Formats: sequence, C-alpha cells, structure tokens
Amino acid sequence: MLKPEIKNYVTPKHIRDYPTGPSFEAGHLVSINAGWRTFKPVVDINVCTGCYQCYLLCPDGAISKTDNKKIEFDYSFCKGCGVCAHECSFNAISMVKEELTK
Amino acid sequence: MVDIKKITAKNMTDKEFFFGHKACAGCGGSLAVRLAMKVFGEKTFAALPAGCMSAVGFIFPQMAFLNNAIISTFPGTGSMLSGMRAGLDALGFHDTHVVGFAGDGGTADIGLQALSGAIDRGDRIIYICYDNEAYMNTGVQKSGLTPYGTKTTTSPAGKNLSGAVTHKKNLFEIIAAHDIAYAATASVGYPQDYLNKLSKAARVNGTSYIHIYATCPTGWGTPTETSVSLAKEAVDCGLWYLAEYENSTFKINRKLTKPELLKEHLLKQGRFKHLTDEDIKVIESERDRKWERMLEKWG
Repeated sequence: MLKPEIKNYVTPKHIRDYPTGPSFEAGHLVSINAGWRTFKPVVDINVCTGCYQCYLLCPDGAISKTDNKKIEFDYSFCKGCGVCAHECSFNAISMVKEELTK
Repeated sequence: MVDIKKITAKNMTDKEFFFGHKACAGCGGSLAVRLAMKVFGEKTFAALPAGCMSAVGFIFPQMAFLNNAIISTFPGTGSMLSGMRAGLDALGFHDTHVVGFAGDGGTADIGLQALSGAIDRGDRIIYICYDNEAYMNTGVQKSGLTPYGTKTTTSPAGKNLSGAVTHKKNLFEIIAAHDIAYAATASVGYPQDYLNKLSKAARVNGTSYIHIYATCPTGWGTPTETSVSLAKEAVDCGLWYLAEYENSTFKINRKLTKPELLKEHLLKQGRFKHLTDEDIKVIESERDRKWERMLEKWG
C-alpha cells in the first residue's frame, strides 16, 4: 500500500459513540481534498521526460510515477497549488480551469 | 565514511508517509515533512508540537501520518523526543528514527529550552524546524525568526513602523554552539540538498538538527505556485543560506550567487510590499554584515 485508502466514517451521534482512545490508527483518512482547486494540473505525456521534479516538489504527494516512467495526478488529493506546473523545466504541465459541476 | 547511495527523486520510496493532510495549497512546511518522512521511512516515530503540521495532520478522526506520530506540548518537543528514544532503546528498537517537526515559533521561542536540553544530553534524535518566519498556525504573529520589515498581525506596517523591527534570530548558530553532532540549514527551494542533509542526519549517532526554510503562501501573501521558486530565490539573494555544522566545523554549502535579486524578491511578497527603499537598505546591510561574518569565520 503506497497511500492510505479512504475509510468510511459515521459521525457519532452521542458522546458514548466516540472511541475511548485519543486518536485513530496511522493513516486513517475519511475525506478527500478535492474541491479546493480553481485550476487543475494536466500533464502532456508526450512532453513529460520523467525527471520527477514535480513528484519531488508536490507538497501533497498527489503525483505518482507510472509504469512507463511518466507521472499521473491523484485528483482526489491535489489542491491545485500549481507548484508542479511552475517548476516543470519542460512545460509539460498546464493548469486548466476547473468546470463547475452540479 | 561509508559511501551511502544518494536519495533522489528517481530512487526514493514511492510510499507516502504524510498524506491527505489539510495544509494550505502550496505549503512549504508540508513539503518539508513529506520529504523528511520519505527519507526516514517506516520505522520512524514523530512528535509535533502545536503548529501548522500538527494542526493539519491530526484533524479528528483523520491521521495524516502513516507511521507513529504524536502531538507534543508546545515547549516540550525536545524532551518528548528524548523520552521516545529512551523508550525505544529500552524495548530494543534500535534501528528506528525519532524525529520532531516544529515550526519557527515552536523552536526558536517556545521550544528552545527543551531542545537545548536534548542536544546537551546528546540523544539520538532528529529535530527539524520548518521555518516559515512567523506563527502561521494561529494567524501570522511575529516570532523570533521573523525577519526585519515583515508585516505580521503583531507587527503591522503603518505610518510609525514598517513591520517587524528586529532581525532574524541566529538560531542555527545557537544550536551549533551546543557543539551538536550535526546541524544544517536547508531550503525547500533546494530539495536535493535537503534530501542529502536528511540522509546524513539519519546516520548521525547523536542529536541532529535541520533548519529548513519553508514558504507559506497564506502568511507571506505569495502565489501558491511560487512556493518552491521563492525559497530558492531567498537562498540565491542571501536572505537565507545553506550551511552545515559537523565535527565542530561550519561549512557553507552554497555561495551568494545573485545579491542583486534582493529588492525584486522582497517586493514579490505581500508581507514586504510596504517596504521603502530605506527599509530595503537596512535589510541589505544586515544581509551583507551576516555574509561577511559567515565567509570570514566559516569560509
């Protein structure tokens, strides 16, 4: 497992429903970070050289390496900061405005 | 010294140990923590005092660390790390790392005493200070590491004063003065240098300290995408420096390359927008004084 999976979480209704311990196990995630973005990064696979600078510099770890030595984004956790596009030496990443979804 | 393979973007582990946190977009501090955890690996125990990284990583019922991590008291990061090391050693877990991630306020002001004690004891711990130059988690208040002229909520810029009136505390030299086993400064703008220093710190048999300059787009008033390039520029124009201290010797890792960038670099940031030419001269002369002294003593 490279990244934790989202777990289902039912909000406790009563104080007695809360766990007695102070916290959950490591990597306990119940929500994603999508919805923060105005712009989303899109990679041009033909231009990407697989130097992995964007992977190295992503504050959220939302970029992963693919089998063909390119990169892909995890849009559930990308916050759209644009560091990847700004730091790419080959201009392989562009920031595209998010469409409003209903 | 044994030649250990350099950790780079290409060969580092694909596993994320600090993931799903709620830090602001473009946060330099979370990048510093993420990279550090990737170098130290799974057998790492982390302690974080009050600060951004504990606030964004431990939001109930979430736990963004994939290894053992705990929130320490604000002034007690150093002592808690010592205790964790002692506990692990007593249990026989010797091939583990104990790491603390504290902000600039949690290190230079509030946590200094406990950190000093931990260095004095020489415990095998790693202390990482991510320096975003103010108390960002509580809403941008001035800390001991806030540089001259910075606009914060407790050092507002106006007719009478142009932001913070004091210069940045020489924390790196204060730490080094303990004759610590290993201390270094780094910047998120130079990630490879940071990775090298992290792997060095992981191998040190004693206390190690890394002070990493981490951009804060929210507190600094800068575009999120420039987080890395700003941190690089700060090193290039001499407002921050990359240095190391080991075997009782200082070493400068990178020379001052673009001193002329200073004004342009400052005026890019919302927190320095109000600076007049006289203020910039003060910052410039302080920078020159520091570099002159560093080159004379460490060069």
